[in-house]
Amino acid sequence: MKRHLISAADLTRDDAVLILDTAEEMARVADRPIKKLPTLRGRTVCNLFFEDSTRTRISFEAAEKRLSADVINFAAKGSSVSKGESLKDTAQTLEAMGVDAVVIRHGASGAPYRLATSGWIDAPVINAGDGTHQHPTQALLDAFTMRRRLLGPDAGLGQDLGGKRITLVGDVLHSRVARSNVDLLHTLGAEVTLVAPPTLVPVGVEHWPCEVSYDLDSVLPKSDAVMMLRVQRERMNAAFFPTEREYSRRYGLDGQRMARMPGHALVMHPGPMVRGMEITAEVADSGRCTAVEQVANGVSVRMAVLYLLLGGNEPAVTHPRTEEK
Amino acid sequence: MSKILIRGAQVLGGQPQDVLIDGELIAAVGTDLPADGAEVIEAAGQVLLPGLVDLHTHLREPGREDSETVLTGTRAAASGGYTAVFAMANTFPVADTAGVVEQVYRLGREHGYCDVQPIGAVTVGLDGKKLAELGAMHESAAGVTVFSDDGKCVHDAVIMRRALEYVKAFGGVVAQHAQEPRLTEGAQMNEGAVSAELGLGGWPAVAEESIIARDVLLAEHVGSRVHICHLSTAGSVEIVRWAKSRGIDVTAEVTPHHLLLTDELVRTYNPVYKVNPPLRTERDVMALREALADGTIDIVATDHAPHPHEDKDCEWAAAAMGMVGLETALSVVQRTMVETGLLDWAGVADRMSVKPAQIGGAAGHGRPVSAGEPANLTLVDSAYRGEVDPAGFASRSRNTPYEGRELPGRVTHTFLRGRATLVDGKLA
Amino acid sequence: MDAHSSDAGVQLPARPVLEGPDIARMLTRIAHEIVERAKGADDVVLLGIPTRGVFLARRLAAKLEEITGRAVPVGSLDITMYRDDLRLGPARTLARTDIPADGIEGRVVLLVDDVLFSGRTIRAALDALGDIGRPRAVQLAVLVDRGHRELPIRADYVGKNLPTSLRETVKVQLTEEDGRDAVLLGVKHAAPAGER
Repeated sequence: MKRHLISAADLTRDDAVLILDTAEEMARVADRPIKKLPTLRGRTVCNLFFEDSTRTRISFEAAEKRLSADVINFAAKGSSVSKGESLKDTAQTLEAMGVDAVVIRHGASGAPYRLATSGWIDAPVINAGDGTHQHPTQALLDAFTMRRRLLGPDAGLGQDLGGKRITLVGDVLHSRVARSNVDLLHTLGAEVTLVAPPTLVPVGVEHWPCEVSYDLDSVLPKSDAVMMLRVQRERMNAAFFPTEREYSRRYGLDGQRMARMPGHALVMHPGPMVRGMEITAEVADSGRCTAVEQVANGVSVRMAVLYLLLGGNEPAVTHPRTEEK
Repeated sequence: MSKILIRGAQVLGGQPQDVLIDGELIAAVGTDLPADGAEVIEAAGQVLLPGLVDLHTHLREPGREDSETVLTGTRAAASGGYTAVFAMANTFPVADTAGVVEQVYRLGREHGYCDVQPIGAVTVGLDGKKLAELGAMHESAAGVTVFSDDGKCVHDAVIMRRALEYVKAFGGVVAQHAQEPRLTEGAQMNEGAVSAELGLGGWPAVAEESIIARDVLLAEHVGSRVHICHLSTAGSVEIVRWAKSRGIDVTAEVTPHHLLLTDELVRTYNPVYKVNPPLRTERDVMALREALADGTIDIVATDHAPHPHEDKDCEWAAAAMGMVGLETALSVVQRTMVETGLLDWAGVADRMSVKPAQIGGAAGHGRPVSAGEPANLTLVDSAYRGEVDPAGFASRSRNTPYEGRELPGRVTHTFLRGRATLVDGKLA
Repeated sequence: MDAHSSDAGVQLPARPVLEGPDIARMLTRIAHEIVERAKGADDVVLLGIPTRGVFLARRLAAKLEEITGRAVPVGSLDITMYRDDLRLGPARTLARTDIPADGIEGRVVLLVDDVLFSGRTIRAALDALGDIGRPRAVQLAVLVDRGHRELPIRADYVGKNLPTSLRETVKVQLTEEDGRDAVLLGVKHAAPAGER
């Protein structure tokens, strides 16, 4: 594995499978009376959040604390931070304080990459979502959820998602979740289809390793999992689609549409859900919807990432050196 | 002023000749000219060009002296082989009155490194709404003939039409920064495969092309001429080619960076590659080179845009747009146009000196290298190879995209009206 | 087991000091000792330390069942995240921790490993156990004790004491993992690469 986790595209198949396998072991810790491991004792991890995201931040914080890391939460939003140079200043402050890793959430695409490559800071950088670029741990927890549900927790060990057909529906253009998922699911051998109104698909999508469809109903029967992406109501004002009602009618998932999915197929949502917009309450609250499970899996996956990046003196080696063994 | 004999230089890349400078003028061009007490510069193997003229420079003074001043900017220009630069109007205050343009003009003359010809704003405060006093700026001591809201597009079709019409009265030209503002809201880089992957707001080619198409039609309709700043896409080339074939009086410029760099570099998220218009694709780069070679694009202009370190040492979205270019322009043109066989040195002289001087009306610049002409000259060691080291720049800013990149050619001497502003690569 | 101190740099051919029948005999003896000392072994839980300790624990459990006629709970205890040398190498792949359904609370946990060397693995295992529950007692069974302890730890059941020098390596092979049963004694490479 690389030193930083910036993009899901940085992960090889073996890296990704190792993270998912490790997350399975981490998930078992959650069932124990003492849900804590001493592994990162004495290591300081800073959650550097330039953008509000309570759920991602507490998920990372839970993961860090379960691994006994010391946690510093730095919420830059709303403080005096307004100009970009403060990313550098903040990074240098953290470096001077001797943090061992930085988990960064930033509204600007590329900010984590910049942090990792600028020389401002030496610590490993984990991207917790940057602009409309990437959110790799979200993609990992989604893949983890799919593997558990579609293959089983034990049967899935060592396996990828080869041949699984995954459909992502919604605002692909503005979605870091979609970008990360397309990269990771492709790496894991899945066949990905994006479904969205053409206005919400980026120019250049033809270079992505996936299919694009504008017709949800034709894709649903061929899907092993359908991931609904959040659609912000404000998009309507920028003429991405005419009305909320029309969006829901063409791209929302309701009970009737869910019935067209194969019996084993999952409904996924990275949260927070806009009920009534991209998903009806009936679907969101059904047993096929994994939204809550995804949250729990998020902690396990983030523990796995933190362990594999910080547990040793260098990240886990996914291709064992031949001289060992 | 004393005499200078440049001995054995390849004038416009041709056979070695001697050039004798006497005072402000070229006294003689020939072979085996006698030194006759003149200071002799041995220039065997070097290329002699008319002093370069940049139609698109940001000198930042007044207002952003932390990034550049007229002094540092003209020193950078002399280092790069330039004898005249056109200073863009987007200063603070904006160069939209006779007072501001005269100040910039005078500073250039006083420092003496390079003639500074101010460009006047088309609209008051560059806000695109009300015409600035174009006539007053023309009649000022600065004698402004080029008008531009560069940095912003004159996007209102009526304002653009009026400006094109109005400047006909005194032979002015409007230089358009072609960028449809609504299509580029939140835009961060060229819209395409790379922007889709990087999650950076897309800057579609059509935002440039649609304005160019509109403006060449407007120019045709009102019978004026129009100049297109920093043309950056293959589609823009097609439109200008079509307009010229139709007899529309349009000229166009391309920057050195758009001749060399592509949006693939944005993958580094290093804001040194952030520029307006954005770096485009390989296909666009090739089309721009072809167009510069065949004359569809008339000139190379640097869009030298200095920014202080802190405006680039940050995340992409927060960074300023622009690159310095005066001190690397000729090297980039040598790499992209001369070494590829697309232009010879006479062609370089045409695109970087003769034509820009004509478009902007820079008297005494872009003249033939022959007896009786003003001695505005640039001597280039074209065999030189070296890595770009911004630490050696005369510009106050260092935001070059070429740091560490090997580029050919080095300007050794620059002469402004017979006086050396650059000697052996060092500013006089 | 101290994977790296015994795995890394085994200079082949290493000399087999114990063969399959020896190992089977030793496990049988240990099983009998357990039954004897634990008074029928009715509250014993076997926890093997991955990788080879798990196979040894399963074999011991089978033998205990043969002797007592009762199934003995057997599981695995991965100690990776409790190791004190994690920072000395790249992050390691985790192995499975599998605690039998009835847990370890109030029971006698018998840790099973292949080689006892520095004792650090067992220290990590004791820490790991503490986060899972509170056994009545913890005991240790190893196939080979090669000496050179770095912590005050000793085994309750030992297949064979094998005096070694620090230049030597001890490698246990088991059919489940290696295709044959053997204990190999080798000499370390001169190069310290990969040594901890």
